[in-house]
This record gives sequence, structure tokens and C-alpha cells, in this order.
Amino acid sequence: MAHFLSQVPTFLPILMQGVYLTVLVTLGAFVLATALGLVWAFMRVSGIAPLAWTARTIIVIVRGIPGIVTLFYIYFVLPDLGLSLSAVQAAIIGLGIAYSPYMAEVFRAGIEAIDRGQTEAALSIGMGWGLLMRRVILPQAIRVALPPYGSTMVMLLKDSSLASTITVAELSLQGKLLASSTFENTTIFTLVALLYLAMSLPLTAFNSWLERRMRQAR
Amino acid sequence: MSIIELRNIRKSFGAVEVIHDVSFAVEKGEVVCIIGPSGSGKSTLLRCINGLETYQGGEIAVHGERVSTGSSSIRQVRTRVAMVFQRFNLFPHRTALENVAEGPIFVKKEPREEVLARSRDLLTRVGLGAKIDAYPAQLSGGQQQRVAIARALGMKPDAILFDEPTSALDPELVGEVLAVMRSLADEGMTMVVVTHEMGFAREVADRVLFLDGGILVEQGPPGELLSRPKNPRTQDFLRRILPS
Ligand SMILES: Nc1ncnc2c1ncn2[C@@H]1O[C@H](COP(=O)(O)OP(=O)(O)O)[C@@H](O)[C@H]1O
Ligand SMILES: [Mg+2]
Repeated sequence: MAHFLSQVPTFLPILMQGVYLTVLVTLGAFVLATALGLVWAFMRVSGIAPLAWTARTIIVIVRGIPGIVTLFYIYFVLPDLGLSLSAVQAAIIGLGIAYSPYMAEVFRAGIEAIDRGQTEAALSIGMGWGLLMRRVILPQAIRVALPPYGSTMVMLLKDSSLASTITVAELSLQGKLLASSTFENTTIFTLVALLYLAMSLPLTAFNSWLERRMRQAR
Repeated sequence: MSIIELRNIRKSFGAVEVIHDVSFAVEKGEVVCIIGPSGSGKSTLLRCINGLETYQGGEIAVHGERVSTGSSSIRQVRTRVAMVFQRFNLFPHRTALENVAEGPIFVKKEPREEVLARSRDLLTRVGLGAKIDAYPAQLSGGQQQRVAIARALGMKPDAILFDEPTSALDPELVGEVLAVMRSLADEGMTMVVVTHEMGFAREVADRVLFLDGGILVEQGPPGELLSRPKNPRTQDFLRRILPS
């Protein structure tokens, strides 16, 4: 334990560079996955058959491909097609796309959990699709979708380590590089695990706090 | 001109036709009750008038304007013909006051303060002046349905459609809702009411329609239709539901 503590000041600053990239990739991919997921979800509940069908097909395809392959595709194949991205950009886009089907399902489940009577009441006072979504469905759907949305973010945080496979020196890769040059495996990987926990636990706590607040607001 | 007019309406779900060639009109200030067994198409008919369902044949007009779900005028029609549902369908994330004010503020874009003042008056009028800030979950079924009636009135509709407004209520709460509806009728509101409350139909309706199997079997003043029905199907239905 004393050995561990004595080494923390040496290794922590190096690992923090990895933390920075982990946070960057996670947040970037989270924003992108949320935006894409909302688009897929709205297409699916639009009631317009070609849109619903397109979204369903995209979801099936993206979900059927491992995230790591999506990352490879974007980082290694797109340059051949004339589109070169930095490793961090590729990681954000790849993870954002790979996670968008989960987001879409979270949002769709939330929207579809709302009683049909709500839609009918909204239509019967003359609301169109936009007002119906904004004033009636989404405020209620958010309460349903929030818990799975939060856990998806925690999953994404952990899966951001996939970015290491396309050379992004995020926390897990930074730890591995550091360990292979110092042989302090125990200390370094314990630190890496603790740093991941330090990021995911507050997220989980924030999520349950939000959930409680949403429940009280009813 | 009739406020609501249905001419030869046919409505199918898939291959099954559930409304067969129904025609009737509702005049201004008239209270029309629709009675009939479960599954006879009463809800479907109301929902067609409000444009919540499409129909395959005939024509429905509100104030002479054709109701068709595809057209852009349908939202206009819906602001003029309000609907009160069996299961209230209040917005659970909004207070009683917000439920009433929602349509006038966000759909009709009326000035907020004016709408809020009017909505308070409407809630007071249905006996809920003390509950304007309550959420639906904090209200009894009867209170929720009265909020729903106030929400309908908030739209300043030309007519209100009621789909079994008291069927989901505990028996002791039915009276308070019927009392509000009765007072609306007294003030001249045009109403189409699907109901199993024969007492209400007898005392309040100007005309009663009997629907069976998607067919408008018989219609007439309540005194005639409920006491001396001509059609055997009407006689049979009334025998089953009225205590002899
Ligand atoms: N969405 C629907 N899809 C298929 N059939 C329906 C649907 N809604 C109603 N029906 C059928 O239409 C008929 C009339 O139903 P409804 O109008 O609800 O009757 P009522 O209100 O008189 O009880 C019934 O046979 C019912 O099963
Ligand atoms: Mg019905």
C-alpha cells in the first residue's frame, strides 16, 4: 500500500492525459449518439413508412457490426475513399454511430410507453406533430427514458477504451503503455481501474438524482 | 347550416366495415345522445367527426367544412369540435390550469394572461376553483373528467363530443360530471354524447340515436325512442339495459 501511494504522484499525471482523451471521446460520442438516436427514433415513430423502414434498417445493420469493426472501418477504410480523420475524430464518430441504435431504442421505448390517449387528447385540441412531441410526448417520455439513457452513458464511458485499437491513447492504452515501460503492473492498472470508477460513479449518482427529481416533479 | 353533418358514412378497419351508411346532422344548441351496445361503433363514429379516424365513404362536414384526416384544415376543425374521452386523457405532467390553458395558448396562440384568467373561471365553473394547481394524479376520476370538460370549453368550441364520459367513474362520482354536462346543455352548448346513462339521455337530450352493429337503427326524441321504440332491435336493447 505504501509502495502504491508513493508511486501515485509519478504515474497520475501521465494517466491523466489518458483520462482527458477518455472524457473527450466519451462526451463527443455521447452527443453524436444522442443526436443520431433521436433522428432514428423520430423516423421510427413518424408514421411515415419509408422513414420508419430506413431507420429500422440502419439500426439493424449498425447493431449487427461490432463497434470495434465500425471504428476500423472509419479509421482505416475511409481514407481510401478520400476522407482522412484524426484518430480521435474517428473514435468519436465511430462510437457515436455504434451507440446510436441503443439510444434510438431508449428514446423509442420512452415515446411508445406514453398512452395513446395522450396523442388523441393532443390532436383533439388541434395540435400538430411538432407540438404533440414537444409539449405532450417528450416531457413524459424523458422520465421513462432517463434511467436507460444514463446507463447507456456509463456503458459508453467504458467502451471508449475501444478507441485504443485505433491508436487513441485514452486511459486504458495510456495505462498499458506505461505498464509495459515500467513493469509496475499492479500499481498502474489499479490506478486505471480507480480512475474509471471515479468517472462512472458520479455519473451513476447524478443519474439517480435526476431520476428522483423527475419523479417528484409529477 | 348544421354544425355537424354526416352523409352516408362508411368506415372499415382493414376488410371489416364497422360503420354502415350512417347519416345524421346536429343543429346548433342541440344535445344528441348516442346509445347502443358495446362494439356497435359509437366511439368510432365520434372519432370520425373529430378526424381521429379516417373514413372510407360518405362525407362529414363541420360548419360546412369537410373533415378529412389528410387535409391541413383538420387541425382547424379539431379546434372547433372538442372531445371529452372516457379515460379523461389529461396531460399528467401539467396542472389542471395548464391542461385547460394548453390548447388556447399553444395551438390558438391567444394571449397568455387572458387565457389563464379564462381557464381559472372555467375550472371554477366546473367546481374546481380550489384545485387549479393540482396535478391529475392528485384528483379523483370525477374531478379529472371535469378538468377535461373545462379543457374542452377552453377551446371555445362550437360543439363538444363526449365518449362515455362517466363509464370509467366510480358510481358515486358520476353525478358531479353529469351535473356539469347538464348545465352546459342548459346554456345552449351543442353536444353529442355517447352514453349508457339513460336518465341523462331522457332528461337532457333533444334527440337520441340508437346504433347497433354499425347501423343507425332508429332516432327520435328521448320520450319516443326510449319509451316507445319502434324497431325490435331498439326494444331488445332497452329491455336489457333498463330496469323494468
Ligand atoms: N383500431 C381498431 N382496429 C380494429 N377494429 C377496431 C378498432 N377500433 C374499433 N374497432 C372495431 O370497431 C367496432 C366498433 O368499435 P367501437 O366504435 O369502439 O364501438 P363502441 O364504442 O360502440 O363500443 C368494434 O367491432 C371494434 O372491435
Ligand atoms: Mg366506445
